[in-house]
Amino acid sequence: MAEIRVDSLHKSFGDFVAVNDSSFTVRNGDFFCLLGPSGCGKTTTMRMIAGLELPTRGRILLDGIDVTMQRAALRDIAFVFQLFALYPHMNVRANIAFPLKSQRMPRAQITERVEEATRILRITHLLDQPVSGLASGDRQRVALGRAIVRQPKAFLMDEPLGALDAEFRSLMCGELRLLHDRLGATTVYVTHDQLEAMALADRIAVMNEGRIEQLASPQEIYDRPATVFVADFIGSPSMNFLPCAPVDAGLARGTHRVRVEGADIEMPALAQDASGREFILGARPEHISLVSDSPLRAEIFGTEYLGTTQIVTLQLRGGTSIKARVPSDVPALVGDQVGLALDSARLSVFAGSNGSALRTTLHESGTVHG
Amino acid sequence: MAEFSFENVSKRFGSMPAVDNHSLAAGDGEFIVLLGPTGAGKTTTLRLLAGLERADAGKISIGGDDVTHQSPTMRDVTFVFQQYSLYPHLTVFDNLAFPLRSPARSWPADRIDVKVREVARLLHIEDKLSNRATQLSGGQMQRVAIGRALVREPRITLMDEPLSSLDAKLRAELRVELKRIQRELGATVLYVTHDQTEAMTLATRIGVLDRGRLVQIGSPREIYERPANVYVATRLGSPGINLVPRQLLPRLKAPDAAATVGARTEHVRVSKAANGSALGRVRWIEHLGDANHLHLRLGEHDFVTLTAPGTPLTVGDAVDVDFVAPLFFDASGRRIVT
Repeated sequence: MAEIRVDSLHKSFGDFVAVNDSSFTVRNGDFFCLLGPSGCGKTTTMRMIAGLELPTRGRILLDGIDVTMQRAALRDIAFVFQLFALYPHMNVRANIAFPLKSQRMPRAQITERVEEATRILRITHLLDQPVSGLASGDRQRVALGRAIVRQPKAFLMDEPLGALDAEFRSLMCGELRLLHDRLGATTVYVTHDQLEAMALADRIAVMNEGRIEQLASPQEIYDRPATVFVADFIGSPSMNFLPCAPVDAGLARGTHRVRVEGADIEMPALAQDASGREFILGARPEHISLVSDSPLRAEIFGTEYLGTTQIVTLQLRGGTSIKARVPSDVPALVGDQVGLALDSARLSVFAGSNGSALRTTLHESGTVHG
Repeated sequence: MAEFSFENVSKRFGSMPAVDNHSLAAGDGEFIVLLGPTGAGKTTTLRLLAGLERADAGKISIGGDDVTHQSPTMRDVTFVFQQYSLYPHLTVFDNLAFPLRSPARSWPADRIDVKVREVARLLHIEDKLSNRATQLSGGQMQRVAIGRALVREPRITLMDEPLSSLDAKLRAELRVELKRIQRELGATVLYVTHDQTEAMTLATRIGVLDRGRLVQIGSPREIYERPANVYVATRLGSPGINLVPRQLLPRLKAPDAAATVGARTEHVRVSKAANGSALGRVRWIEHLGDANHLHLRLGEHDFVTLTAPGTPLTVGDAVDVDFVAPLFFDASGRRIVT
C-alpha cells in the first residue's frame, strides 16, 4: 500500500503541453479519479506514474521514494487497461497466475494467491475455463484478478469499464468500489465519465488542457465547483449558467444580489471583492423551481418525463436556455410562460473574465446538505 | 402524417418468431417508441411497416389503406438510421432537397427552395446550407438526416436508434429538438430504441417488447406507474425497480396473491434501525451529486434507492425500510391491480 506524490509534473510532446505543472498527492488507500475530456492529460499523467512515459520535468514519489526515472517493472504498480488484454491461449488460472510466475514465486504460494484473488472476485468456478468463452464481465474480472494477485503497492486503471454497455458498467462500478473497500489499496483511476468518477472516487481531480482545475471529494466538486469548466463537466444535465451583472456599482464583499435579465436574484453573500462587470450565475437543475410570481420569466420549450422527476427545458427572454429538474407531478406545458425561483443558498457565481468561482458564504458553510 | 395500424401481425425467421402477433393502432401525429433489448423484435416491426420485410400473417394499414402487400416505395414512409447516411459529395442544401427532386416528386426549384429553408430553420442549420455534409459535426449530420426524412412530409417517419451514435450531451440536446420538430410538423413517428430515457422523454406512447411480443403499450406515465408485469417494470426507472420476495417483508400489508413486491425509490423510506427492527444493511453509498444511490442488502437481495446527499447513513449501518404504495406482482409476474 502506498502514497503517490506528484510534484510539478510536466510533459510536452513537441509544442504540445500534455501535462502542465501538475502537483497532487494520492493518499494511502485513496480511490483517486483523474477526470476530464479527451486530450486533457489524464492518461499521460497516469502513464508517467506507471513509468510508461517519462516526464519532461517534475518528480513522482512512491511512498516517499523518487521513482521518476525508475523502470516501470520496478515500481510495483499494477495497470488495468480498457481492453481486457488476456492471453487467449491460457485458461483463467494461468492468466491470473502469469505475473507471479514471471516473478518466479514458488508454486504453492502462487496457487494460494490465485485462489484468494478469484475468491475475492467470485470467479473461483471459472478457474479452469479458457478465457475465450467468457462473458465480457467475467473477462474484466479475470483482468482485475491478474492485477490484484500481485498485491502491488498501487493500482492504476485506465477507463477499465469504457468498453462495457451502460447497464453492465454500473454493475461493475459497484463491484470495483466494493473490491477497493476490501483491499484498501491505493488506486488511481482515469475516466471521462463523470458518473463513474462520482460513484467510485474518494477524491476527484478534474483536468482540463493539462491542468488540474479542482481536486476535492465528489460532493465538494458538485456543490462548490471551482470553475465554470468543472461546473459544466459534472452533473447531468449540467449546471445552468446565467449571465448576470452587479445590481450596484460592483460586486463587493457582502453583496448577496445580482441582476439577471433585469431581475434581482438572491445568492450567497460574497466573501471577497470582485472587479469586472460580467459575471455568471450557476444554478444546478434541481435548484430551480417553477413558480407563478417571480420577476425572472421563461417560456417552456420542452419537458422530459423521467418517472420520479422531469427535466423542463426553458428559454429566458434573453435567449439563454436552461434546464430545471422538478417533480414529475408539477404541471409543465410546452409554450407556457412561467416564473423561475432559484434556491438562493445553493447558487455559485463565477467571474466572467476567467470563469473561476468567487468565494461566497457557500464556501464557508460546512456541508451544504442536511 | 397519417395513422397506422398493425392487426395480428407475425413474422418469423426460420423457427424464431421475431414479431409475434402484434396489434397496435397509432393516431395521426403520434410519437410511438418501441422499447426493448436486442432481439426483442423492435427493428423487425419497423421494417415491416416500411415494407422491407413481408409479414407472414396479419394486416398492416397506413392512413386507412391496407399496405400489407405494397412495395416500400408505394407506402410513402421515410427511414432515419443510426448512421447518418448523407451524400458526402453534396451540400447540406442538396442533401435536404434530394428527396424533393426525385422523379417521383420533381418539385419546381422555387418550391424546393422554400421548403428546404423552412426545414433548415426548424433544425437550426440555416447557416450550414452551403456546407458539404462531411464538414458538419456528428450532431449536425444527424440533424440533416432527420431533416431529410421530414422534408417531404411522409405519411410515417421511421427511426431506428437515430441518436445512439452521438455522445451523451449531444444526445440529450437532440432529444429535446427532435420532440419539438415532430410536434411542430405534426409528424407520425415510429421510433425504436433500447434506451429508456429516450422512450420516456420522446414518446406519446411506449410499446414494450419482450422476445417478439408486444407486452404493453401506453403513455410513459402509465408504463412507469402501472406496468403490466415484472418485465415491463424493470424496463423503466433509474435506479431500476427493486423486486423483493413478499415473505421477506412480513410487516407489509399486501394482497394475498402477492409473490413479489416491486419498490421504486419513491415507494421507499429508509431509516436507521431502532431496537433490533433492522431489515437490511447499507452496503455502499454511490454519489451522484444531486442525490445518492443507497445500496442496501436485504437478506440475500440487493436493494437500491435514492437518498439525499446529506444523509446521516453510513456503510455498515443497520436500516429499516418502510414501503409506501409499492407495486405487487403475483407468482406468474403479472401486476396485481390494487
